[in-house]
Order: sequence, then C-alpha cells, then structure tokens
Amino acid sequence: MEFTLKTFIFYGFALMTVASALLVVTVRNIVHAAFSLMVTLFGVAGLYVFLQADFLAATQVIVYVGGILVLILFGVMMTSGRLEMRIHIERGQLLLGGAVALALFMLLLTVIANTPAWKNRIDDGTALPPTTEKIGELILNGPFLLPFEVVSVLLLVALIGAALISRKEVRD
Amino acid sequence: MTLQHYLVISAILFTLGIFAVLTRRNAISILMGIELILNSCNLNFAAFSRFVTPPEDISGQIIAIFGIVLAAAEAAVFLAIILAIYREFGSIRPNEVDTLKG
Repeated sequence: MEFTLKTFIFYGFALMTVASALLVVTVRNIVHAAFSLMVTLFGVAGLYVFLQADFLAATQVIVYVGGILVLILFGVMMTSGRLEMRIHIERGQLLLGGAVALALFMLLLTVIANTPAWKNRIDDGTALPPTTEKIGELILNGPFLLPFEVVSVLLLVALIGAALISRKEVRD
Repeated sequence: MTLQHYLVISAILFTLGIFAVLTRRNAISILMGIELILNSCNLNFAAFSRFVTPPEDISGQIIAIFGIVLAAAEAAVFLAIILAIYREFGSIRPNEVDTLKG
C-alpha cells in the first residue's frame, strides 16, 4: 500500500477516533468526556465516508452529534451538581476492568488476524454510486419495509415511555 | 486500507466501551461507554458491507442505520430512567441505588 494523501487522511481519522475514545474513558470531568465523545463520533463518520457509506455518515452526524450528544449533555446538566462533575472511580475496579478489557482486546485481535475469509480484502478505490437512492428503495420498496415499520413503532414506544418515566409525579 | 484496519479500530472502540462500562461509577459515563460499543458495532456492519458482500449490496449499511435508530431510542429511555433515579435517590452513582439489595 503506497502512502498517498488518502491513506494519510484515513490514518488521521483513525487516530482521531481512537485517541478521543481513549479520552472519553479516562478523563475525570464528565463534560470533557462528552465533548471527547463528540470527536469520536465525528471520526467514525469520517470512517463511514471512507467506506463509501455517504448516507450513513450523514445520519451519524445528524443523529449522534445532533441528537444523542445533546441528550447526554442535558442529562449531565440536570443530574450533576458541582460535586458530581468528577467521575468517581475505584482503584480495584480499575485494575480488574482493565484486565478484562485487555483480555477481550487480545481475543478480538487474534480472531481478526487469523480468520482466513477476512484476509487480503483491500479497498480497490473504485467509486460506487451514491447510496441514498438505493437505501430508500430497499427500505420503502424492498426487503427492509417490515423492519422499518417495526422500528418506527419502537421509536414511538420509546418516546412515550421516556416522557412517562421522566415526568414529574403529580400528587393529588 | 484493508478490512482488518476497520476491524482493529472497531475492536479498540469496543474494548474502550467495555472498559468504561466496567470502571466508571456514573450512569452517564456508562451511557457513553455503551454508545462507544454501539458505534464499534455499526462500524463493523459498514465495513463488512463494503469488503465482504458484493459492492452493490448495501444491506450492511441499512442494518447500521437501524442500529443508529436503536441507539437513539436507547439513549432517550436511559436518560429518562437516570432522571427518575436522580429524583428518587439524589445521585446517579449506580452503587448508591441499592434499595433491592438484600
């Protein structure tokens, strides 16, 4: 693989994603962690662009950065007083959790490196047509119509449930 | 770029998410860990859709979009539960919510 501008940008996005995800799990201040999470989500959107998933990248930015992250910041604002801004961590848990995570990572790396079907799958750089039209066709006029409807009902249920759970108790 | 590049990035994201869920003692930080895990999963779907299935087949991307929708629903319900817990217990540290502990 020759070192072109494209690979340079790819490694830039990869580094951005991994480094900011590392910050999300190590930084002690919860607001800083939320903003690192934003950088991670943008990095993943960039990787989607490299996978030629343009619609997916746009959805990632709109839903995650525009929706979920704002929700998380609202959650921080409403539940954390000045004392709760710092994330509490216990030392024994840190060691044990680190060991479990490291073991899991080693297992995943072994699987990724040794699965024959996943070797030598190289991006040949051919540009595919934009995916939006095809996704619309597959969802609204194809095999994904039923999952689409089910997921709409699920969203409605989640919306009503969230409003019901978080509303103030009215005492009569 | 090969498939394995993406898989390694996604494995790192997954591991960091698990680490956050295991070690952090704040419900919102745990939610951030779960979001990292879901992102790694969606990245895997998109990568397999690009490299393993034929290029004109984009089913993997559609599954990733459904994954994003589920993550949004999950985050909304999670934060609603956190708000209810905060109102009840005055704290969102998971180990202080122990009414059911015997």
